[in-house]
Amino acid sequence: MLNFADSVGEAVAGIKDGSTVMIGGFGNAGQPFELIDALLDCGATGLTVVNNNAGQGDQGLALLIKEGRVKKMICSFPRQSDSWHFDAKFRAGEVELELVPQGNLAERIRAAGAGIGGFFTPTGYGTMLAEGKETRILDGRGQVFETPIHADVALIKALTADTKGNLVYRKTARNFGPIMAAAAKHTVVQVSGIVPAGSLDPENVVTPGIYVNSIVKVA
Amino acid sequence: MSIQTGIQTSRTPLGRDDLARLVARDIQAGSFVNLGIGQPTLVSNYLKPEQNITLHTENGMLGMGPVATGDQIDGDLINAGKIPVTELPGASYFHHADSFAIMRGGHLDICVLGAFQVSATGDLANWHTGGPDAIPAVGGAMDLATGAKDVFVMMTLLTREGVSKLVGTCTYPLTGVGCVTRIYTDKAVFLTGPGGVQVRETFGCTLDELQDLVPVPLTAATGA
Repeated sequence: MLNFADSVGEAVAGIKDGSTVMIGGFGNAGQPFELIDALLDCGATGLTVVNNNAGQGDQGLALLIKEGRVKKMICSFPRQSDSWHFDAKFRAGEVELELVPQGNLAERIRAAGAGIGGFFTPTGYGTMLAEGKETRILDGRGQVFETPIHADVALIKALTADTKGNLVYRKTARNFGPIMAAAAKHTVVQVSGIVPAGSLDPENVVTPGIYVNSIVKVA
Repeated sequence: MSIQTGIQTSRTPLGRDDLARLVARDIQAGSFVNLGIGQPTLVSNYLKPEQNITLHTENGMLGMGPVATGDQIDGDLINAGKIPVTELPGASYFHHADSFAIMRGGHLDICVLGAFQVSATGDLANWHTGGPDAIPAVGGAMDLATGAKDVFVMMTLLTREGVSKLVGTCTYPLTGVGCVTRIYTDKAVFLTGPGGVQVRETFGCTLDELQDLVPVPLTAATGA
């Protein structure tokens, strides 16, 4: 049942300690800052967070990490010039890191949403990121078995939702939003605008409303 | 020293911009290309409109234009290095799994990457020094290295300490196995493949002088 929340606090209220939370965004583009702030305020801790990065500067995911709410990061590119909160927690041994090549991260998320139990890919074959994983030679190439990444909750950002929960995004802020929406049991979306059903051209809907559980408009 | 006939094509080693210009010139018209972060990004400055090259960025776009300035800057339109960019007519956006399917499915003609080391058999090391205090970050490097039809590397041939980055076996953690097809350096262009390492051209040195710097056997490329 699709819910339209009155506030970001209401939208994230059900997130429990120990949850796996997918957070959309690539860097700051598409990062749902207001939902992350609300997650910080609601106090949930011991979280496993799935994001491409591990926070930038002093906002959003970086603050969630700084406040010690994140037990484990699953990401492809944690180290950046302004990832100081993650860097400090990682060096102190206070946050676990599962480093995943970015295409495997995306495809593992997609696989979860598509009901796929795993897949073989050449990415990472022969590297330290494939150590301990099953490998096969397929079509003459070494390939590595990768498993889906499921989540309890996804927090994503879109441009516009209609009242059926259909979403459209804006430019490269789309990034992980559509695949995370499908991979999580409960998907919360912050949008800039909500329009009546029928206002979005069905040909242009990017995420169909079936993947969306809760929508909140953020000014 | 005069330019000798044969494979020496420049009296001096190439600077970063000259090397970028050379890579740009070598990209076949109509190609779909991904330029890695850092030195490879310079290549975009030298692509000519008549080449009709389409640039891909891993965060979900084909038809990426130049870096945005002034009023063009839009936080929702960035490249893999998280720098604001512009879109060209005919650009398209897509989600991350589709963007990496473009790489992983073999749809890109060329990717250009930086490197710490490349081995004689085309192994690439460019993501992690393996140092005990280094926080590893891989991003899309492994997907690009294994997915593009051709993987070009741009790097200086020698480290600051004067050690060749073209090596028999990589000592840094690998990004991909046997994936590099061509190496552009300040001193030479190398082709890697089943025939060993071939030198297409040299800059500011002869093949013999180049061989003294590099610990793998070199031969002059035929028909280059």
